[in-house]
Amino acid sequence: MRELLVDIKALSLEMVTLDGVARVLNGVNLTIHRGDLVGLVGETGCGKSVTAMSIPQLVPQPPARYSGGEVRFLGENVLEKSEEELRRLRSRHIGVVFQDPMTGLNPVFSVEQQMVDALLSKQDLLAATAWGRRWLPSSRMQRRHAQERAIALLRRVGIPEPEKRIHAYPHEFSGGMRQRVLIAMAIAGRPDLLIADEPTTALDVSVQAQILRLIAELVREIDLTVLLITHNIGLVAQLCNRIAVMYAGHVVESGPVRSILREPQHPYTRGLLQAIVTEKTRRGTLQGVPGSVPSLYEPPPGCRFAPRCREARPQCTAALPRSIQTAPDHQVACVLYEE
Amino acid sequence: MLRYLLNRLLWIPVVLILLSLVTFVISRLVPGDPVKLAAGPQARPEQIEKMIEEFGLDRPLPEQYLRYMGGLLQGDWGYSIGNRRAVLPDLLTYFAATLELTVVATVFGLLVGIPLAVVAARWRDRWPDHLSRFVSIGAVSVPVFWIAIVLQLVFGQLLQWLPVSGRFDPRQSYPQSITGILLLDTLLAGNLSGFWTASRYLLLPALCQSLLVIALITRQLRGDLLDMLRKDFVMVARANGIQERILWSRYLMKNAMIATVSMLGFLIGFALGGSVLIEFVFDWPGIGQYATKAALLLDFQVIMGSTLFIGVVVVVVNLFTDLAYRLVDPRIRFS
Amino acid sequence: MASSVSNPSSRLARWREDHASQLSDLRRGLFRFARNRLSLLGLWIVVAMLAVAVTGSTWVPFPGDTLGDVHMDNRLQPPNATHWFGTDDAGRDVFTRVIVATRTSFQVGLIILGVAISIGVTLGAVAGYVGGTPNQIIMRLTDVMLTFPGIFLPMALAAALGRGMVPAMLALSVTWWPGYCRLVEAQMLKVREEDFVAGARAIGASRWRVIFRHILPNTLTAIVVKASMDFGFAVLALASLGFIGIGIQPPEPDWGSMIALGRRFMPGAWWISTFPGLFMFVMVLGFNLLGDGLRDLLDPNATVK
Repeated sequence: MRELLVDIKALSLEMVTLDGVARVLNGVNLTIHRGDLVGLVGETGCGKSVTAMSIPQLVPQPPARYSGGEVRFLGENVLEKSEEELRRLRSRHIGVVFQDPMTGLNPVFSVEQQMVDALLSKQDLLAATAWGRRWLPSSRMQRRHAQERAIALLRRVGIPEPEKRIHAYPHEFSGGMRQRVLIAMAIAGRPDLLIADEPTTALDVSVQAQILRLIAELVREIDLTVLLITHNIGLVAQLCNRIAVMYAGHVVESGPVRSILREPQHPYTRGLLQAIVTEKTRRGTLQGVPGSVPSLYEPPPGCRFAPRCREARPQCTAALPRSIQTAPDHQVACVLYEE
Repeated sequence: MLRYLLNRLLWIPVVLILLSLVTFVISRLVPGDPVKLAAGPQARPEQIEKMIEEFGLDRPLPEQYLRYMGGLLQGDWGYSIGNRRAVLPDLLTYFAATLELTVVATVFGLLVGIPLAVVAARWRDRWPDHLSRFVSIGAVSVPVFWIAIVLQLVFGQLLQWLPVSGRFDPRQSYPQSITGILLLDTLLAGNLSGFWTASRYLLLPALCQSLLVIALITRQLRGDLLDMLRKDFVMVARANGIQERILWSRYLMKNAMIATVSMLGFLIGFALGGSVLIEFVFDWPGIGQYATKAALLLDFQVIMGSTLFIGVVVVVVNLFTDLAYRLVDPRIRFS
Repeated sequence: MASSVSNPSSRLARWREDHASQLSDLRRGLFRFARNRLSLLGLWIVVAMLAVAVTGSTWVPFPGDTLGDVHMDNRLQPPNATHWFGTDDAGRDVFTRVIVATRTSFQVGLIILGVAISIGVTLGAVAGYVGGTPNQIIMRLTDVMLTFPGIFLPMALAAALGRGMVPAMLALSVTWWPGYCRLVEAQMLKVREEDFVAGARAIGASRWRVIFRHILPNTLTAIVVKASMDFGFAVLALASLGFIGIGIQPPEPDWGSMIALGRRFMPGAWWISTFPGLFMFVMVLGFNLLGDGLRDLLDPNATVK
């Protein structure tokens, strides 16, 4: 059995806003093994980003508040870690690529400065080479080494003429190029896990494919484990080997890609797949699922999908459905499969 | 960059003409009274007639304006109706004092205001934020001439720590003027005790004048920093394991500095506006005081000259601010 | 159908439905405002000051002292049970004069802002809607007016117009409009590109109808916020002119001229300057705290915390 990298158990999270308390995550279970490429899919606002960002603890608190469960990374619960331990975790073990490359780089620093700082930080050398110590011979050597590595990384992610381009400022790069820079920074520390939060949504269609190809290449090359967050199930089918489907703060179904695509079990997953078949490009609206996402402030009792579900039964609203294994490694949380 | 500069420079004459028109209109609203005032209560009508002719007040307004503009271009800004001194040389002398006060006050304001803004943004909605909000709103709300008097009372008269009026100790020999800025002049002459004296005289007025700067920069920069914190690059830095301390001291500080540079013209303009009352209270021989005295004596040539001059100063300061901003912000620098 | 429209409660319900997002914004805003103790403090100060301004002249202990009475036998008394804030060089009760000056300040502040907003909104609306050359002329003039810092321009103008309350008021009014002009013009430029204005034009609404029904209400928020902050500054500016000796003249009570008078009797009779200044500080502080809170309340872009 491969090593269990991430184990999220019954994670609950609330957002405290002026409109009340939103129950954003409601007992989320998710496991990622080393070498997995997990696609986390669901509609906007279903909690997929919050779930993923809980692993490196990048969800701002407040407004967020964890109200139950745990997030184990390599066996340790990150919810109990100190700020410094979390920082080490982020710098060495987890890389993150965000959705919008346009604001992902600080506009007033050159790419070189930002990459060198990120690389040094991942080796825990940043504080020792910053400020007053910046001009020490040892610091300058460290920075030079880091710069060389940064150039190599940029070359790897497909930036042409990296020796020259590294001195440029972010606004001189296109969106796709910026996303490449951000990917280079994310993989620099050879992380155990790469979280890619809709990495192509903000990009042109032609660039999207290139970025996805790059991620796929990197996975093969450096044994990355990836958690890809997207609302595009087609993308997951191409890239991933596992899928977790989220609905309104709950993982409703998870399993191997093939198993889920061939035999989707949860009514929501079926609707989701149908939606792709009927209209490939439209996102957000679900052809196969009538109705709309429930309010997270006053969630419906029991299964949150029940009000939209064609196969809903009286017991759906009684309690949150348990997770049931229906095929090898394939779980679904739905009362249809109980008994 | 060059094109931008040319564009800006081409606009300046238009702005200056508009500035002079506004000041001219204001100063000619009362052409008769100032002459009577200057000539004195016993003046005979012929004397007043003569003075009106002397200042050209009997001519049609457009002609008066053109004559005035002609003079301005040749460096003749007219002379005071009260003491008969030429306006421009006096303005330049007084301006050195105003400049000294304003620069020191602005620097002081930035030194206090920037940390206050950073602390407020860093601990948003916690007590440092509330404190900074109260300080900045308090600082714009306090009548500056009143706080000046209170400071005079406390530090000058009760504690007797600091002098409360003027620019230099009348019992010491006044430093020889090189730049007109006493702090510089005394340093250039190696006169350390003179520098100390000048600093003591400068402290209270500069403190008062810096209040506005502190208030404005704190509120504005706090907002700018909060906007920046919402940007993804902060998340990226955190995801890369960069310490909060370094994120703030290295990354956000530079963003904050650039934001400050972009505001500098606005801040200096505000500080200059405050100089009128502060110079009046502290008897600081600057343009504000010169203008106030002229306003009280209806010395229209001086009113016009000093108002126009301060307008020109603001235009120049804004121009330099824009240039400085273009130099420090890489987004504009390279595009 | 017709009966349901005329039924007031269902009309209210419909109105609420139509304006759900605005109502929700307002609710958030009020919540934020109420949670912010400093904004509430500002509101209370403003309400208290308004009450003082309206009723003050009826209950002050020495109403004659604002009209020219002098009591030379009673001059320069320090604060005591009869004269809470002491007396000035003519034996006038400082407390009475401070209280009565509140009303003058409110009146003059309202007039200054009223005139300035009328001029500024009109010019800004014209500049923003017509565009082209009129816009250039108006906005360049606005820029120039905003170039003069602080009270340089009003001081010059007030001096030219003569001393007293009316010239000072006039001088401040006609130099205060550029801020509103720029605000309205910027808002107009922004709003006229937005969908609902384009929509209104597409269905053939007239120019002025578009301005009055669609654009101005949208800029109103910004004007209200600016005005609430500006009111304090207008009061300060008026007092500044009084302090220099150009504005309101004694015996008419004015905080600025009272502070100027007290300066002559420093440090012995400190109370003559200190109390009017403190009172004015509290009032301006109240308006600024309120304005700051209003900005949070009415700014739909403010983040929810």
